[in-house]
Amino acid sequence: MSTALERGIETLKGQIDARVESYLSSCVHCGICAESCLFYTETGDARYTPIYKTEPLRKVWQQNHTFWGKLAVKMGWSKPMTEADLSDWEELAYDGCSVCSRCTMVCPMGIDIAYMIRKVKEGLAAAGFVPSGLQEAGKRALKLGSPMGLTEKSLRAALASQEKEIGMSIPIDVQSADYLCMLSSNEVVGYPEFIGSITRIFAKANVSWTLSSEYFEATNTGVQIGDSKIAAELSGRIVAAAEKLKVKYVISPECGHAYTTIRWDAPNFLNRKLPFKVVHIMELLDQLRSEGRLKIKDSFDDRVTYHDPCNISRRGGVIDQPRKLLDMVAPNFEEMDEHGDMNWCCGGGGGVSSNERAEPLRLKVFDVKKRQLDDTQATTIVTACSNCRMMLEDGLEHNEMQQDVISITELLANHMA
Amino acid sequence: MFAQLVDGIFWNIAVLVFVIGIVWRLISVFRHGTRKDLAEPRGSAASGALHTNLSRFLPRGEIAGKIKLHVIAGYMFHVGLFVLLLFAAPHIKFAEQHVLGFGWVAMPYWLFVLSAQIAFAGLLILWLHRVLHPVTRLISRADDHIASGLVFVVMLTGCMALFESYTGLRIAHRFTVELFMVYFPFSSLMHAILFASSRGYTGALFGLRGVKA
Repeated sequence: MSTALERGIETLKGQIDARVESYLSSCVHCGICAESCLFYTETGDARYTPIYKTEPLRKVWQQNHTFWGKLAVKMGWSKPMTEADLSDWEELAYDGCSVCSRCTMVCPMGIDIAYMIRKVKEGLAAAGFVPSGLQEAGKRALKLGSPMGLTEKSLRAALASQEKEIGMSIPIDVQSADYLCMLSSNEVVGYPEFIGSITRIFAKANVSWTLSSEYFEATNTGVQIGDSKIAAELSGRIVAAAEKLKVKYVISPECGHAYTTIRWDAPNFLNRKLPFKVVHIMELLDQLRSEGRLKIKDSFDDRVTYHDPCNISRRGGVIDQPRKLLDMVAPNFEEMDEHGDMNWCCGGGGGVSSNERAEPLRLKVFDVKKRQLDDTQATTIVTACSNCRMMLEDGLEHNEMQQDVISITELLANHMA
Repeated sequence: MFAQLVDGIFWNIAVLVFVIGIVWRLISVFRHGTRKDLAEPRGSAASGALHTNLSRFLPRGEIAGKIKLHVIAGYMFHVGLFVLLLFAAPHIKFAEQHVLGFGWVAMPYWLFVLSAQIAFAGLLILWLHRVLHPVTRLISRADDHIASGLVFVVMLTGCMALFESYTGLRIAHRFTVELFMVYFPFSSLMHAILFASSRGYTGALFGLRGVKA
């Protein structure tokens, strides 16, 4: 057995706690989870059944924690895990799963299958079975602070461009501001209008806020890879930046996994409670709306639908806020048939969007979103995650669809009084 | 001789293995514990755990249409089985004489036949789905088939022994029940107990986040 394989197996063993044992012990292999997974429904390939993606973890558990499994090992009846096994599951876990957690919502046993797939990724990452696109993104994130390789210079260039466009200065490194707003590299490079939009909204609403030049990146490639050490390191940088600026709140930008990571996972990665509160930009904007600090001057009359980012809605609990905000600005709002905590993923979550190898599969499974969008007959799709936005734009272009995609923050800024 | 063993030492062993096995299995599951979630909660873990425990008895509306067979056959089997277990006259008599010291009203014969038919139909549909559908065929393990087979044999011998006309039939039923009891703690049949903690862990996590899972 190679050292890498041994490391992978040991890591998988280390993932087994009472929660995982409960899950693995109660699974009756009914296959209902398959019907909730876009990678199965859109390909018909049984290998994409969510619980099947956890097979390496189940195998390690069975061989080390169950009577029959231990007996089979002792008698030489069971095959040991091989590098080929892990190699096969690399494709299933990284290309064929966006960790959207829809399977978790339908399992009759209540198994959090997405949580276990995340555990499988820990083992795969420890054994070195990670797609090259994600590996490189991880290295850039650790070395430069951004999975896309952006530096402080890139940030300042984007800020300067936005300042010129909106005619306002963007606060940076303001000590003791109330809010520290994090950004995703996607927003800095692809959608810098987001930065201009929050600047305009916060100025109007009199919000004390700042960016950090020391660390601006909200995303966490460690979570996407399934490497807790990288995840902790990157989370720690956000906490350090917030502590240095002595802010009361950290704002997660329009990015799904960034929100889940900072809001829900970071304290557990770092093994301590955070000395500040974490809010998603939707939560803050909705708070400003409810306090009468965010008002609209005119409505956006296009037929609009909202794409729920999985990590913000299903796994993050921010479901009502974007709808209340849209209710204020978009009178022709139409929900997709399955939305909120049962939305369909864009196909690019969980690091799939950073995994070039997965692109054909990702575009194939976009079919479900295409059907949903066609049904609503919306001409504009609003979302609250820059990664979802990019995936939606990609899918629309691939399918020669004409809808526009816009960030909810930008929509509000454009129609703000 | 065999009948004496089944009514005597085999039964005692089966009860012992069943009880100790379940306790051992529960200890082995929960001994690892879980880490305390340090994120600032938005909602209650306890109410989330309770909600998920109750809500998962019914499928989500968004997916119900796709899993009608699972749901209908699943309820047919489980409801039929528990009705047979709790209201078949010989079971009540056994509980009164050997376990609890009191009995309750037994169901009439026609209801026994109906319950048995429903339970058998549910079990067979689920098993056929398991072997015929590409997804369940891929993910099913030997344990799943053994568990289904054991339950089937227990129900079949139970029906044959209903009138207790032949000792051989009663002994056959009791022996298969003993096999079932010995197998139970070490198999996926433990889902009958662990579904509650599985749902509870997920419900608690989502409850902390303010999501009704």
